[in-house]
Amino acid sequence: MNRTEWPLWEVFIRSRQGLEHKHCGSLHAADAKQAIQMARDVYTRRQEGVSIWVVASNAITASDPDDKEALFDPMADKIYRHPTFYELPEELKHM
Amino acid sequence: MYTQAVDVPGKDPGLDADRARSPEETRFESKIHADQKIEPRDWMPDAYRKTLIRQISQHAHSEIVGMLPEGNWITRAPSLKRKVILLAKVQDEAGHGLYLYAAAETLGVSRDALIDALHAGTAKYSSIFNYPTLTWADIGVIGWLVDGAAIMNQIPLCRCSFGPYARAMIRICKEESFHQRQGYDLLAAMMRGTPAQRTMVQDAVNRWWWPVLMMFGPHDRESQHTPQAMAWGIKRISNDDLRQKFVDATVPQAALLGVTLPDPELKWNGERGHYDFGEIDWEEFWRVVNGDGPCNRERLATRIRAHEEGHWVREAALAYAEKQCTRAGNQAA
Repeated sequence: MNRTEWPLWEVFIRSRQGLEHKHCGSLHAADAKQAIQMARDVYTRRQEGVSIWVVASNAITASDPDDKEALFDPMADKIYRHPTFYELPEELKHM
Repeated sequence: MYTQAVDVPGKDPGLDADRARSPEETRFESKIHADQKIEPRDWMPDAYRKTLIRQISQHAHSEIVGMLPEGNWITRAPSLKRKVILLAKVQDEAGHGLYLYAAAETLGVSRDALIDALHAGTAKYSSIFNYPTLTWADIGVIGWLVDGAAIMNQIPLCRCSFGPYARAMIRICKEESFHQRQGYDLLAAMMRGTPAQRTMVQDAVNRWWWPVLMMFGPHDRESQHTPQAMAWGIKRISNDDLRQKFVDATVPQAALLGVTLPDPELKWNGERGHYDFGEIDWEEFWRVVNGDGPCNRERLATRIRAHEEGHWVREAALAYAEKQCTRAGNQAA
C-alpha cells in the first residue's frame, strides 16, 4: 500500500473584518485549494472566520527556542522605548 | 470529546528529587513549576514526549471511533431537526479528532504512524465506544452522560502544560457543551412522550451508567502514571476526584429528568458533602479495554474498512495535485 501522506498546512483565520489573520492549527491536504476547503470544515464550523490563509508547513522558518535569550533579552533594558519611562510635569495632563 | 485515563505500563524517569538532571531538564522543570507552556520545539524529556503522544493520540482515536456508535443512528433519526443536530455533532467529533492528531504531530510523530497504531490495535481508544447503541434513547444518553463525563475530563486539560494540546482542548471544550445539552434535550423530549418512550430512556440509562463511570479510568491507587502526569502538568485532577465530581453533578440532573441511576448504593453523604456510590466492575473495564467488549471488533473493522475504502481518494487527490503542479511548472518554463 502506498503510504504517501498528504502534505501539512498551517491554517490562519481572520475572525472578523478588520482583524488580522491568526494561526489556529494545521491539517493535511493534497494541495492549497483543498487545504482551504478543509480548513473551512475543520476550523470554521461556527462562523469563526471571514477569511482563511493556508501556508505549507515546510515553507515556514521559525526562530530557534534556544536563541530566545539572544534574540529577545536585549530589549529588556530599553525601558526608554516605553512612554511610561518619561515623567512629565503634572500640568501637561495629556501627552 | 473523550479521553480516558488508561495507563499503559511503561518506564517513568521517576519523581526522585535527588536524581541528577541535565541543564535542559532543570530548565524544563522550572518552566513546568512556573506554569509556563511547553511548545513543540522546546526541549522536553523523552518520557514527557512519549506520554503526550500516547495520550493525545488515544484521545484523537476516541473522537474518530466515537463517531461510529452515533453514526449508526443518523439515517434513523426521528425528525429532520434531530438528524441535522446529530450530523453536526458527529462532524464536530471528526473535527476534534483532527485538532488532536495535529497536536500530536507537533511532537514529531506522523499521522500515518498514529493511524497504523490504531488499526493494529496497539493504540487504545476510550472503552465507552465498544458498547452498542440499541435505541434512539442511547443517542440522548451518549450526549448527556458520555459527553458530560468527557467534559469533566477535558476542562482540566485546557490547562495542560503542552501548548498545542491545551489550545486544541480549549477549542474542543467550547464546542462540546452543545453535545451534552442536545442529549439532555432529546431525553427530556422522550420523557414527555409515551410510557414506552420513558421506558426506553430508563433502559438506556441503566445500560450506560456503569460504562460511563469507567471512562474516568482506574482508581488513583491503581493508576501508576498519575503522579508523574500530575508533576508534568499533563493531568490536573485525579481519576477518582473527576469521577466524584461527575456523579455529584449528574444525580440532580437525573432526578430532574425523571430517571433513576442503577446503583442501590448511590446516596448523599452529608459528612463528605458528596454522593457515595457503588464499586465499578473492574473486570468488565479491563475486559473491554483489552479488546473484549461487546463491539470492539466491529468498531475497529469498520474503521479499517473506511480507511481502506478511502485509499483511492487520497491517492487520486495527491496525483491530481502533482499533475497541476507539473503543468504550472511547464507553463512557467
